[in-house]
Amino acid sequence: MKKEVKSSVPADSEVVLGILNDSKETLSRLYTSYFPMVLQLVLKNNGNEDDAKDVFQESVIVLYNKVKAGNFELNSKLKTFLYSVCRRLWLKRLNEQSKTIRNVQDFSEIIAVEDDLEKHEEKDRQFAIMESALQQLGEPCKTIIEDYYIQNRSMQEICEKFGYTNADNAKTQKYKCLQRLKKLFFQT
Amino acid sequence: MKSDLELTNLIDAYLKGELTGTVLSDFEQLRKSDPSFDMKVVEHHNFILNLSDYGSRVKLSSDMNIIHESLNIQAMKDEVAPEAPKHIRLWKKYRINTAIAASVAFVAISATLLSTGYFSKSISTNVNLLRREINSIKRSQNALIKNINDKPAKGPADPGEFGGTGFALSTNGYLVTNFHVIKGADSLYVQNSEGEAFKVKLIYIDPAYDLAVLQITDPSFEKLASLPYSFKKAASDVGEDVFTIGFPRDEQVLGKGYVSAKNGYAGDTVAYQVSIPVNPGNSGGPLLDNRGNVIGIINGKQALLDGAAFAIKSSYILKSIEAIPQDSLEEKLVVNKKNTLAGLSRKDQFKKLEPYIYMVKVY
Repeated sequence: MKKEVKSSVPADSEVVLGILNDSKETLSRLYTSYFPMVLQLVLKNNGNEDDAKDVFQESVIVLYNKVKAGNFELNSKLKTFLYSVCRRLWLKRLNEQSKTIRNVQDFSEIIAVEDDLEKHEEKDRQFAIMESALQQLGEPCKTIIEDYYIQNRSMQEICEKFGYTNADNAKTQKYKCLQRLKKLFFQT
Repeated sequence: MKSDLELTNLIDAYLKGELTGTVLSDFEQLRKSDPSFDMKVVEHHNFILNLSDYGSRVKLSSDMNIIHESLNIQAMKDEVAPEAPKHIRLWKKYRINTAIAASVAFVAISATLLSTGYFSKSISTNVNLLRREINSIKRSQNALIKNINDKPAKGPADPGEFGGTGFALSTNGYLVTNFHVIKGADSLYVQNSEGEAFKVKLIYIDPAYDLAVLQITDPSFEKLASLPYSFKKAASDVGEDVFTIGFPRDEQVLGKGYVSAKNGYAGDTVAYQVSIPVNPGNSGGPLLDNRGNVIGIINGKQALLDGAAFAIKSSYILKSIEAIPQDSLEEKLVVNKKNTLAGLSRKDQFKKLEPYIYMVKVY
């Protein structure tokens, strides 16, 4: 029993452009257009909606990384790409839970995404290490680092936020924090 | 030489594009001239990239979570994967278990039936063994008849619970009947055509051939005149006219028919199939051919099928008799070999046979 899920789907090139521009609207349309398909896949294959959410969000991350790395070639439909990634991720997860599924109920064609997933796994590892390193770093270092390097706030803003007497003090603090973070990061 | 702190701040500023003018050109000059410094910049840059990757992923995740929360997941679920009715879901979920349970049950039942010999028994379930259950109505009738006739009661006053037929093997009181007739008997009596009952003793049973040999031990029993029939050793042919005398009721009944097949039920080589009217009570009755040779002993008929009765071949009766240890017998069992019935009409044959055929009563 296959059921085609219909909704207004954004053009693939539009999505790629939106990803490069960090457009929230693109993300939203991408999410609402393709999540039902993945929900269907997971629900019909031994999973629940939370599994579907995890798998789908991971596939979007894969897509974003691929697009932002600049080597995204639109040689298949975006839908097929996302579906294939999700399918792969979900089967892998089922396997990890030592649940085997004899025949997967499919709702779309699939393409090989093994290379992308390998890259993604590497990134995932880095992400996990960074996450734990930042966690161990503690406050106020974590916030200073995040504000400066991730939010791209200026030293002046940080200085005011944390009540440092001058920017040099803040810079010294930031430097110390960064050194500790590097240490934690490369340790693991 | 600048301190590490200053250098790091400088690199940060450079990467953020905050350097201008001479500072920027000095910086680039230093990168070109000092490979170790250049390496430091690249390293730092990579780390910062890593950090920003982390940041963007966290942001993406949180953005997606916000979007996810705004969605109506339940409606979506209903659309993409409508829940099947409960019994179908349960069936899908448990069908493997069900199949396994069913197979286990099947194997267990088969094994039980096999080990209890059910399958071998089932062959005979289609055969009605013709021992008669003497019901209470007949019982009261008998009592009435006895009262009216005021005959001196010999043997037990009560008719047996089961009845069959038996016939004499020798003049000194040996009889043969079916094993199933006397099976489970507390005590056994036989009654002749004149209504005289004698106590009998079980001498020998042969359940495989459904045969039993009895001996009349009653003191009132007088030796019989020599037997008019002999036992045929060879097998009879299909089509041979045969007749039997039995006690389907409290009186001898003659039945006439022919041998209709060489083998009995389900290819049983011990018996013939005989087309002859027989009823419960006929079991153990002799099956004789026209010349008055005993060719078999009636033991059953096929349920739900008319005209298919079965009779154990006479050769097996002789075999059974041979198997009896003669030493254990009080009196010698000599099977009659002389036939005086040949050539007589059926009426005369019947008259001659009458005294040798007994009703077997089982208590």
